[in-house]
Amino acid sequence: MDYFAQQLINGIVLGSIYGLIAIGYTMVYGIVGMINFAHGDIFMIGGFIALITFLLLVSLGLTAVPVILLIVLLVSMAITALYGWTIERIAYRPLRHSFRLAPMLSAIGMSFVLINYSQIAQGARVKPVPPIITGGYTLHEGSEGFVVRLSNVQIIVVIATIVLLAIFTWLVSRTRLGRDMRACEQDQTMAALLGVDVDRTISMTFVIGAALAAVAGMMYLLYYGLVDFFMGFVAGIKAFTAAVLGGIGSLPGAMLGGLLIGLIETMWSAYFSVEYKDVAAFSILIVVLIFLPTGLLGRPEVEKV
Amino acid sequence: MTAPASQPTSFSRVPGIAFIFKKALISALVALVLFSLMIGIRTEAGPTGQLIFWTRFGDLASMVAIVFGGSIVVELLRQWWGPVETVRIVPPSAQNAMAIGRRAIAPVLLIFTFLVPVIFYDQRYILDLGILVLTYVMLGWGLNVVVGLAGLLDLGYVAFYAVGAYSYALLSTTFGLSFWVCLPLAGILAAFWGVLLGFPVLRLRGDYLAIVTLAFGEIIRLVIINWQSLTGGPNGISGIPRPSFFGIPLTPGDDGLAARLGIEFSPTHRIVFLFYLILALALLTNWVTIRLRHLPIGRAWEALREDEVACRALGINTTTTKLTAFATGAMFGGFAGAFFATRQGFISPESFTFQESALILAIVVLGGMGSQLGVALAALAMIGGFELFRGFDQYRMLVFGVAMVLLMIWRPRGLIGHRAPTVFLERNQAISSELTSEGRG
Amino acid sequence: MSDQHILSVDHLTMRFGGVVAVNDLSFTAERRKITALIGPNGAGKTTVFNCITGFYKPTSGSMRLTHDDGRNIQLERLNDFRISKLAKVARTFQNIRLFPGMTALENLMVAQHNALMRASGLTFLGLIGAPSWRAAEKDAIAQATQWLDRIGLLARADDAAGNLPYGDQRRLEIARAMCTEPALLCLDEPAAGLNARESAALSELLLSIRAEQGTSILLIEHDMSVVMEISDHIVVMDYGVKIAEGAPKDISDDPRVIAAYLGADEDEAIAVMESGT
Repeated sequence: MDYFAQQLINGIVLGSIYGLIAIGYTMVYGIVGMINFAHGDIFMIGGFIALITFLLLVSLGLTAVPVILLIVLLVSMAITALYGWTIERIAYRPLRHSFRLAPMLSAIGMSFVLINYSQIAQGARVKPVPPIITGGYTLHEGSEGFVVRLSNVQIIVVIATIVLLAIFTWLVSRTRLGRDMRACEQDQTMAALLGVDVDRTISMTFVIGAALAAVAGMMYLLYYGLVDFFMGFVAGIKAFTAAVLGGIGSLPGAMLGGLLIGLIETMWSAYFSVEYKDVAAFSILIVVLIFLPTGLLGRPEVEKV
Repeated sequence: MTAPASQPTSFSRVPGIAFIFKKALISALVALVLFSLMIGIRTEAGPTGQLIFWTRFGDLASMVAIVFGGSIVVELLRQWWGPVETVRIVPPSAQNAMAIGRRAIAPVLLIFTFLVPVIFYDQRYILDLGILVLTYVMLGWGLNVVVGLAGLLDLGYVAFYAVGAYSYALLSTTFGLSFWVCLPLAGILAAFWGVLLGFPVLRLRGDYLAIVTLAFGEIIRLVIINWQSLTGGPNGISGIPRPSFFGIPLTPGDDGLAARLGIEFSPTHRIVFLFYLILALALLTNWVTIRLRHLPIGRAWEALREDEVACRALGINTTTTKLTAFATGAMFGGFAGAFFATRQGFISPESFTFQESALILAIVVLGGMGSQLGVALAALAMIGGFELFRGFDQYRMLVFGVAMVLLMIWRPRGLIGHRAPTVFLERNQAISSELTSEGRG
Repeated sequence: MSDQHILSVDHLTMRFGGVVAVNDLSFTAERRKITALIGPNGAGKTTVFNCITGFYKPTSGSMRLTHDDGRNIQLERLNDFRISKLAKVARTFQNIRLFPGMTALENLMVAQHNALMRASGLTFLGLIGAPSWRAAEKDAIAQATQWLDRIGLLARADDAAGNLPYGDQRRLEIARAMCTEPALLCLDEPAAGLNARESAALSELLLSIRAEQGTSILLIEHDMSVVMEISDHIVVMDYGVKIAEGAPKDISDDPRVIAAYLGADEDEAIAVMESGT
């Protein structure tokens, strides 16, 4: 029971990270109808930028942890968002009304670019960081000495996720930008005729998605204490699974899907085998797509004849 | 389908130096922010495990300068060339010449390929490169059946290549079966896997099918890595038997081919043999595909790409039609895999990554979906282009990624932008790929 | 006698969530006759077609197809491609669904898929170029050519279907459906977007199909000149239910039909009619 409780906590934390990445997939898919293959790598870039910013701040002699965290968060969100914007501008916008396969291949190409760019710029080796946030709470001490712990990092990851999710949900449901996004999702031509700046709206979608991926990257860095150039690929596929599981196009769905994938992955590793945990995640993706293609919170798609 | 040109057209051609300069400045600024931390600062795990960093402001400055200069050059080129999207007016005589040239490409290319081992007999490097290109031509032609003809987006094609390679490797090392027995078996096994994997996923469409096939590809790779007792895990399988000339080994021994023919043994014999072997396999793939296109099954594939609903209304069983396309493509992938294993003598999961699938898909799409000649040219260009970066290995994939993006922007419909009809009454005229649809499956 | 009916629809109901698109609809279509299904937009006509041709599974009700040899087929038990393959029901679509990147001739060849698959020995005989396959292919091309000639498109046989003018595409789609050699041909608004001359040519084509092939036709159409000219029997729908049925001249005088089309109630419609005559 204690073991299970511990895995539950771990799963929720991992799921929060997946959920943050999944939002980027779901928003882009909703509005432009393409799988942004480079999104997982945007997450990886976010992690790297957080790492470098952190390193710089520490070497400048800053010691107040909350200040450091806030600055790292803002810097990595800002720069990563610019990555998202640039990629849309260079690789996707010229292909928006093109042949369907073209943007997908362009996205795959962009993914390779980002992976190899980080590898060249920062080296192939895994970058470890010392734990930034330490301490935690012991929730329960089992009779056999098994301790259920909730660390401060885990608390921060979950709280940050909730706060950012709340902000972005508000942004999408209550602001002008959010309304424009939903309009573009329905019908871009009509939205443009009604005075919505489609280009700008799509750009903003990529910017928001990338900013959230940067948060996920930073959380990943805090939680696991390392980044490497290839971490975006598998995380990206899992987050996409989460987006589909939750129902593509739905923000709460992406978060829910993320939590489920995080939990399943943690439980699988805990009770079955660690080697096959990615196989499990990919199998879930396949099963979900086959039996539940509209996801848990998605709208069913009626085939028009 | 093409978007209206949003670029300034001819009458507003000259936005002035100030405009170009401003644009370049903005690009440089964006680049400065993007590269500031990633390039300006280099991190590395230090000797004690502690993370250290050092600055590289020189590199950063030169990158920003490159972006600034590049932006100006691109803008000038764009003005010089005019709007990219407008159709160039080509005189009819030139068009005719081009059409004749196009028709001549395929036979000339084929004859040249046949002569490569004769011309470059002493140049091992060229022969090896030729074998590599032909392998990708074959893989491209195989995937073309699935993506180009049937319009099914398969991002996990490399899985069947892996199945073929491991089938041959395992069958030959454990049971001692010869290459010529294993080759059809590898194809059949790959096709079998194609059907097995295809059956549940084929009712998915478009992007979902793409992501599921990607997942299947990864699952197969992960299983190969983890199932150590069978596949040797990450260490792979070595000592895979080399092919024989229909039972006669290509070795220096007394029973070798050279000795039997009474000529002096040379290791090049084996390379030349491999070259003709993969050429034969690729041509077989091509021949079968062209044949199938003219049969009802091939026409149903293309019809499926055009409109699945209409196919159902015409009584075409879309599930079996898709499965046959999947299985046919997988079978060719399996053949290519078996060839790969026998050529290398060693295989490991590293050869079957997603990057490989993406490369083959890029060859098919760049070739112009469905065009056999286009695929061959694209394979030549891609693999040849890759070779230019030999020695700069770490930049290879970066350049490949950039090339993919640029090629898609330049020619989203590929090099050969038309399809040839499979049957005609009077005029065998090509159909512009603007009309053909890319399929939703 | 049920034998004279090629299709009898009984108590067909189709719900989408809370919306009842077709409610307890019953009608029959006679063999070798043209039956028209008319009604205002949103009356549920296309939904009926989609049920008959297997694209939707009806919520309840039955649809029985009786072939010439007396064989009965319950259409609601078959799905998508089997309706065309086994029950021999062919259809066209409201928004034309040709294969735009294939030539007109290729479109008609694809329609003969099932027959050609058998002839090509499930591809294997075709792959080795067996003479029996060559003969079958020749016949198929002849059949397609004959249809192209009949719809006046022989000269454009080798042009991409997507390049043909709208009216030609409509006729090509009908020819494609006929190449499956159907017993029942379902046409969804074949005259939509055609000019008067093209409509007249369409009427002629449909009448000749009925006369020469003996194919029964079920037709959804808004163009009343076409409907009145060629239909033998008309079924009128509104809000998912049948409101009238009968011969063309009965229908054109029926106040309920006029009310449905004008969106007025019956008394007003009668008043309109009387003032008009």
